[in-house]
Amino acid sequence: MDGYLLEYLPILVFLGIAVGLALVIVLASFLVAPQRPDAEKLSAYECGFEPFGDARQRFDVRFYLVAILFIIFDLEVAFLFPWAVALGDIGLFGFWSMVVFLAVLTVGFIYEWQKGALEWE
Amino acid sequence: MSAELFLFWLMGAVTVASAVMVISAKNPVHSVLFLILCFFNAAGLFVLIGAEFLAMVLVVVYVGAVAVLFMFVVMMLDINFVRLREGFIEYLPVGALVGLVLLAELVLVAGTWAMREPTTPAAPALAEAVDNTRALGRLLYTEHFLVFQIAGLVLLVAIVGAIALTLRERVGVKRQDVARQVHRRPSETLVLERVEPGKGV
Repeated sequence: MDGYLLEYLPILVFLGIAVGLALVIVLASFLVAPQRPDAEKLSAYECGFEPFGDARQRFDVRFYLVAILFIIFDLEVAFLFPWAVALGDIGLFGFWSMVVFLAVLTVGFIYEWQKGALEWE
Repeated sequence: MSAELFLFWLMGAVTVASAVMVISAKNPVHSVLFLILCFFNAAGLFVLIGAEFLAMVLVVVYVGAVAVLFMFVVMMLDINFVRLREGFIEYLPVGALVGLVLLAELVLVAGTWAMREPTTPAAPALAEAVDNTRALGRLLYTEHFLVFQIAGLVLLVAIVGAIALTLRERVGVKRQDVARQVHRRPSETLVLERVEPGKGV
């Protein structure tokens, strides 16, 4: 492995430990603990009640709006990273190019603020 | 076998396996979780070929935002997936036809790529060692100025479209209006009455 990939070695070690630990915890509780299941033990426990209804309920569409707005501004931030790294090379034109981009998105931000899309009620 | 090659095969295998699970899992929520696993492994593959920025954006944007959106969509579409699978055999010929056409296209693309002229190098060698985030930044904001601004406009349209489609005024809810709350005067809302004993207001 060359130097570039060695920089990512800590992440790989971290992932390895995370997967290993998860496996150890699940397998240990499976192997060490005595397993004597019956129908009552395997049924879902819901504060002493029989569970009524499905756990999957329909969400309000407002969650979707919040998620979409989050994605858009997430992408805006993703565009900022290479710009910040290369700002020394791209000069004044590159700087103002990003300012125009941000201004366009700020128009959208003001629009959603004025429409009340950020308020929950 | 070098460690790099081993990692490539490991992550490639997990990517393909989780992609298969995305379309074959019974529970759509499990499909989304397998999709997240697939994104993570694709990000690992991107890191292996040196596309660091793409890998990080894949994790931040796709895992962090798009997967959450998919989860909301799955939760919102209250579809009975058992009933959806009822006509599986009837639609199998059409589905197989579409699959075959896609496969033929993929084979054609791969074939032309494998038989291309060997004179052109796969990628021009960089004159100096420069990480690809910096290389992207040098090109995106100056040489590809127009495309970059169009991306901004597309995001603006997405904001406006999402709000126009999903936002509706709810009547009968008490919203907070800070300016009105601050400007309330005691004289508008408070009345002091002198009540005679034994008479009431």
